[in-house]
Amino acid sequence: MTTNIRYKSRIPVKTEDSAEEKQYVGFATLPNQVHRKSVKKGFDFTLMVAGESGMGKSTLVNSLFLTDLYKDRKLLNAEERINQTVEIIKHTVDIEEKGVKLKLTIVDTPGFGDAVNNNECWKPITDYIDQQFEQYFRDESGLNRKNIQDNRVHCCLYFIPPFGHGLRPVDVEFMKALHEKVNIIPLIAKADCLTPNEIKKLKDRIREEIDKFGIKVYQFPECDSDEDEEFKQLDKELKECTPFAVIGSNTVVEARGQRVRGRLYPWGIVEVENQSHCDFVKLRNMLIRSHMHDLKDVTCDVHYENYRAQCIQEMTSKLAQDNRMESPIPILPLSTPDAETEKLIKMKDEELKRMQEMLNKMQQQMHDKD
Amino acid sequence: MQSFVAEPDELEWPHSSQGNEEKRNLSLGGHVGFDSLPDQLVSKSVTQGFCFNILCVGETGIGKSTLMNTLFNTMFENEEASHYQNGVYLRPRTYDLQESNVHLKLTIVDTVGFGDQINKEDSYKPIVDYIDTQFENYLQEELKIKRSLFNYHDTRIHICLYFIAPTGHSLKSLDLVTMKKLDSKVNIIPIIAKADTISKSELHKFKIKIMSELVSNGVQIYQFPTDDEAVSEINASMNAHLPFAVVGSVEEVKVGNKTVRARQYPWGVVQVENESHCDFVKLREMLIRVNMEDLREQTHARHYELYRRCKLEEMGFKDTDPDSQPFSLQETYEAKRKEFLGDLQRKEEEMRQMFVNKVKETESELKEKERELHDKFEQLKRMHQEEKRKVEEKRRDLEEEMNAFNRKKVAAETLSLSQPLKKDKDKKK
Repeated sequence: MTTNIRYKSRIPVKTEDSAEEKQYVGFATLPNQVHRKSVKKGFDFTLMVAGESGMGKSTLVNSLFLTDLYKDRKLLNAEERINQTVEIIKHTVDIEEKGVKLKLTIVDTPGFGDAVNNNECWKPITDYIDQQFEQYFRDESGLNRKNIQDNRVHCCLYFIPPFGHGLRPVDVEFMKALHEKVNIIPLIAKADCLTPNEIKKLKDRIREEIDKFGIKVYQFPECDSDEDEEFKQLDKELKECTPFAVIGSNTVVEARGQRVRGRLYPWGIVEVENQSHCDFVKLRNMLIRSHMHDLKDVTCDVHYENYRAQCIQEMTSKLAQDNRMESPIPILPLSTPDAETEKLIKMKDEELKRMQEMLNKMQQQMHDKD
Repeated sequence: MQSFVAEPDELEWPHSSQGNEEKRNLSLGGHVGFDSLPDQLVSKSVTQGFCFNILCVGETGIGKSTLMNTLFNTMFENEEASHYQNGVYLRPRTYDLQESNVHLKLTIVDTVGFGDQINKEDSYKPIVDYIDTQFENYLQEELKIKRSLFNYHDTRIHICLYFIAPTGHSLKSLDLVTMKKLDSKVNIIPIIAKADTISKSELHKFKIKIMSELVSNGVQIYQFPTDDEAVSEINASMNAHLPFAVVGSVEEVKVGNKTVRARQYPWGVVQVENESHCDFVKLREMLIRVNMEDLREQTHARHYELYRRCKLEEMGFKDTDPDSQPFSLQETYEAKRKEFLGDLQRKEEEMRQMFVNKVKETESELKEKERELHDKFEQLKRMHQEEKRKVEEKRRDLEEEMNAFNRKKVAAETLSLSQPLKKDKDKKK
């Protein structure tokens, strides 16, 4: 099965030019070395799925990773769900493909949005994400850092029901509570209940509402200017397709002479991997084949660093108030800014600014004279 | 004294409701013609026109308006509802439809905002209140002295279509709670909305799950009547197909050489009126073509009567008094009125008493204040007099000083007058 998005491999080929051999240093093989080491080390990825019951989350995860993660699970019936609280359940699997090992963790959130009163039903989820950050923070600041386990959530797939006219209040509240802690990718679930026109309308509506409410969903990074046109075109199409309208399936059906994953209806067969039927392929390519590492990077560089900075600030302000308290984490001796030094700093800042302005003015005058 | 021998019939006549009156079947000698009674009834009702009220309960965007448009083959005007309502409110709309010579006054009540809030504990209340209000209006009309029931626009809800979201697993908790609150007040037919998202095998399992959940929680949904032989067979088979999985559409698509109402997908066309695609035809049959009149009857005979009984019992009416003699409404009215007036009088007394007490209290308060003020005034007056006296003393002292000073001055002057002569004499020398 050929993929449409080509992941450009950046491993250069050594040219066989004897004249150049003298000047060839050899660090062009670095990517090779990185590749080898990373294959040896293996990768890990934590994916969270959130959304109401019956949106097809488990089916989609099974379709994405082509395994059956959810054998023998018990679904609650309506009466039990009236007062249900949200649980967090982790499934971890080790999968391997062409020598590359991936430790995949799926964090499930059963019970989200199922009770009659869903006030703050996202709290257990935000607490879980913060806990993972905190644990990583402690490990990172510890003395023995050899085997840190990275349990931080790298990506959260949020399933929006296709039955409505756009985002509902619970969707908005959930995404706003989580957009600064994790990469959110909104998906339109069960897209086989919408005709192509309806899908387009719904996507536009959702994009509008995401802007309106100021929700920061995961943005694909801009492609480099040296990529070729085809790649740029594909990238642009990908960006315009969000939120992805997905369909999942646990069953294999026969369509057009092939055996494919799909859903069998009396009026036709929906093929999960057919790009004109749904955006499943785009999601898979984006999530797994091209942007998995970028998701991890954004989690490490942005969300985790925000958490860490906030944590440290809270701790130091607490210390300043109460000097007797011992911090459980050894921090470098930061100079606690007291009021006087702060004032001095402010004054100096202002002076600097004034000087800068004067300098600019003088430069301007000189320039005018010329 | 005359002995009074009573015949058996006469003894039993006052209690005819409990008696066994002998009914005799007679055979007719010829064609009388009262077999036209049903026809007379029909023509009367046709001239009167029919009225039917549907309540659609379901989440925003689940397809309620589209289904109504599809069922009645008309475009009822509808704007899309927003998801951000603060609460649930009901929107009734009345339309006049006509088919051949039958007039139908159709009222469609929509639940706007249902299922959108984060806290849905009170979502069912506006719906229950609306249904009760319609019953109450009818009851009021019935209890009037001068009433015109035949002219009355009956707004009682005859059928509640409950739209279930096609998750494929089971009912949502909100669905269960709401249906339980509604099942004793209105005929409920649950339907699975947007059924083109569930495959056949999943649908079968889903239907079984829903029905078993309804049964195990004691929710009574409307059962199509099987006592009338003409329709019992079809009704019985339809009962087994509940809840109906429907698809609605007002768009027309060309299939083969016909244009049908359908939804066009890249992978196929879902035809609304194709029985192997969805249960829309079954719903239309059951709802409109076969059982509409039965629904109206059930609403009046069962749900309305239940409401009426509860309401009147609340007000204190009973069918039999402690002596188990049948009570007349008249007497009950009188008794109630006396009670009510007595209550009113008592309340009036209470209020009057309270008022008098309050006045007394305020009066005493005012008196207290007045006394305080008076005391203060006395005190101030005394202080003022003290001050005055002190000032007087000081003045006297000052005057004395002044006098003394004047005397000294005079003395000094006279002394100085005699002095300068001596000085001059010294100088001249």
